[in-house]
Amino acid sequence: MDLLNALVALANYILVPGIAYGSQLALGALGVTVVYGILRFSNFAHGETMSAGAMFAILFMWLFQSLGISIAPLPTIVLGLIPAIICMIIYLLVTDRFVYRYYREQKAKPVIFLVASTGLMFLTNGIIRFIIGPDDQRVSDGARFVLKAREFKQFTGLNEGLAIKTSQLITVVAAVAIVVALFWFLEKTKSGKSMRAYSDNENLALLSGINPDRVVMIAWTLTAILATIAGALYGLDKGYKPFTYLQLLLPVFASAIVGGLGSPIGAIVGGFVIAFSEVTITYAFKKVIKYLAPDAWAPEGLVQLLSTDYKFAVSFVILVVVLIVMPTGIFRGKSL
Amino acid sequence: MSYLIGQNMTGGYGRGADILHDCTVGVEKGEIAVIVGPNGAGKSTAMKAVFGMLNLREGSVMIDGEDITGLSPQARVRKGMAFVPQTENVFPSMTVEDNLRMGAFVREDDITDSMEQVFGLFPILEEKRLQPAGELSGGQRQQVAVGRALMTQPKVLMLDEPTAGVSPIVMDELFDRIIEVARTGIAILMVEQNAKQALNIADKGYVLVQGRNRFTDTGAALLADPEVRKAFLGG
Repeated sequence: MDLLNALVALANYILVPGIAYGSQLALGALGVTVVYGILRFSNFAHGETMSAGAMFAILFMWLFQSLGISIAPLPTIVLGLIPAIICMIIYLLVTDRFVYRYYREQKAKPVIFLVASTGLMFLTNGIIRFIIGPDDQRVSDGARFVLKAREFKQFTGLNEGLAIKTSQLITVVAAVAIVVALFWFLEKTKSGKSMRAYSDNENLALLSGINPDRVVMIAWTLTAILATIAGALYGLDKGYKPFTYLQLLLPVFASAIVGGLGSPIGAIVGGFVIAFSEVTITYAFKKVIKYLAPDAWAPEGLVQLLSTDYKFAVSFVILVVVLIVMPTGIFRGKSL
Repeated sequence: MSYLIGQNMTGGYGRGADILHDCTVGVEKGEIAVIVGPNGAGKSTAMKAVFGMLNLREGSVMIDGEDITGLSPQARVRKGMAFVPQTENVFPSMTVEDNLRMGAFVREDDITDSMEQVFGLFPILEEKRLQPAGELSGGQRQQVAVGRALMTQPKVLMLDEPTAGVSPIVMDELFDRIIEVARTGIAILMVEQNAKQALNIADKGYVLVQGRNRFTDTGAALLADPEVRKAFLGG
């Protein structure tokens, strides 16, 4: 019984949040990897792109709520995703037209693109504060839990409860659906294959008659879809705070680099590696140890390796170690 | 006038110094033309000039009597030219089959016949069709590269040192395949380091020195020319 209680506690505090957070990071890292694979630069504006996507989803959510449109028990923001994605596609294509295209024509070095993307990051951040303001926004409506801790306890008779939030379930389902769709697109369709070809060998792709403008357009479209969904899901799960997306940039990049930049599978694996490291290292294991160890061994402290305030240090340390030891990441992406 | 000809080409890369000086290379349908010469003679540059990869200051490129001097390389692909670069000439992470499919990217019609033709020419590719091209040996990779180029159904096939880095046995085989391709009526223009073997199969040979035409004749005549032999073919 104690063992079961310990396992449920671990599932409740590490497994479920880790999977949800990992899915969000994976979707974010996929966006970074698409831009890196096709346009060949590290897009520092990606965090704000996610934030802007979430913002549009919230604006449309308010619109739908005021019109009395609801898809309960699902949160209304899910419905807002579709118009939000369209807005973000337009936004990214406009920024590409007015910023990145110029540097592409100049055949600028990747670092120049990187600096340009940093500028866009601040610009996007400003636009977001201008439109929705710097304050927190609550976005979850509809049913809050799929599985409540109390129901779980009554049902199983265990001391520990297992709760699954609606937002967590939606996150995982959406992430799986998006990833399957993305891989289908890249592996099976002619356009998707031309994207991979362009990423593999740009010159040869041009010699084969692949239109670079179209490839770039598809890349931004994919980025908009991935970033909007990742950003909105993160906001749904943790509450939308405009400035947290700037901090989210670090774990997102760490995920993409740990998995191997330019490798879609790597981005997904990297997302979960970072998410579980962060959640595990900042979790207080006191409760679990109490169940497993004899009473006399009960720890006095929380048995927490790092306070949650330092969670970003975890991704940063992993990032540095990977860059030193294994710069191409787990799935041998392109080295930075 | 040849089917494809780069006439009196003068030019270099970007705004740099001229590499080619009044250089002329051409090839007929169904024939093999080979460009040979010492290192730094501008062999590859001449080839790239014909394909529109550098700006010519003087001279012109014509295909089938049509002036294409101003066209981009991509536009020349649509005119029926296919180019196999010396290195990085496959999509390494994609399967052999997808490499060939990408070669046929601009085609809207059914490509299964062309695919069968390529597999007929290079049977090993059919065996490895589901393997990523990056995992193949050098010789096999060259076959993928040539196969990819053939998938566009070109009228002219341009090969930049197709036998670089492959063993002599594989080289002989590649040359045999190239002759077979030429027999189907495709014009082949290639740059070769292995001058002797290349001139052996060439209908026409161009010996370039410092970006200029030094000798131009049939492959057999060049091989027989004592001056060419002494200076460029090692006696």
